[in-house]
Amino acid sequence: MTYLNEIIGGGLIGLASALPLIWEGRIAGVSGYAAGALRPNNANNTHSLIFIIGLVLGGLIWKLNQGALPPISTQTSLWVWGLSGLLVGFGSRLGGGCTSGHGVCGLGRASPRSLASVILFMGAAMITVFVRRSF
Amino acid sequence: MNKLIYLISGIVFGLGLSLSGMIDPEKVISFLSIGTPVWNPALAFVLGSAVPVYFIFFMILRKKKHTLNGTVFNSPPIRKINKRLVVGSVIFGIGWGISGICPGPALTHLAFIDIPFVVFIATMILGFEIEKRIQT
Repeated sequence: MTYLNEIIGGGLIGLASALPLIWEGRIAGVSGYAAGALRPNNANNTHSLIFIIGLVLGGLIWKLNQGALPPISTQTSLWVWGLSGLLVGFGSRLGGGCTSGHGVCGLGRASPRSLASVILFMGAAMITVFVRRSF
Repeated sequence: MNKLIYLISGIVFGLGLSLSGMIDPEKVISFLSIGTPVWNPALAFVLGSAVPVYFIFFMILRKKKHTLNGTVFNSPPIRKINKRLVVGSVIFGIGWGISGICPGPALTHLAFIDIPFVVFIATMILGFEIEKRIQT
């Protein structure tokens, strides 16, 4: 079956996102965890830091088992990566979520706010890719 | 137990992102290239699979009204779509479209120590801090 990795991988993402929800009712995406992890001065933020450590460990486990790294586009300069990170960091906090917070948790509880966010960020991302391809 | 839950959640999330191909910027860019010959719908299956799984757990929780650790669960209030959400989402989308990387895949990639990802994470943190300053 085609797209099996995507479907199983997506299922794991949905399961991982739902775990803090069913455990203690916490709804959070990666950008929320990442921002909280920077100040682990209360229980919530300490848990955020632990989640981020788990995320890095997940990547490491994958790397050790797969050997080969996924290819990275080297045609993009570091300045562009830096600009991308800045916009992603600022925008995800201002908008209150990223691909996981609004995408998985938000759509997964049928939030109109999150649906609006997903349409806007996917639209903006598609236009950005189109513009970049035109140069 | 609390800590273990978050550690497992993080690890499973990282494995899901890796297996699904979300950590490959080229694959993300090809998904975002809708309307062109290089368009690859693969990543739509990732969200299309993650959302229903989350939805099922959310519905079960709403029916049971209690979380596993025994607290009462209240559905979060429905908040309005405001200017912050719109502007933030558009800025986030532009950033995502530039590199094909969003926060989850960037952090999952940290163990690989690839310079572009390290730069991305550093400026992403800077972005968090700038937003925090503006809000306060």
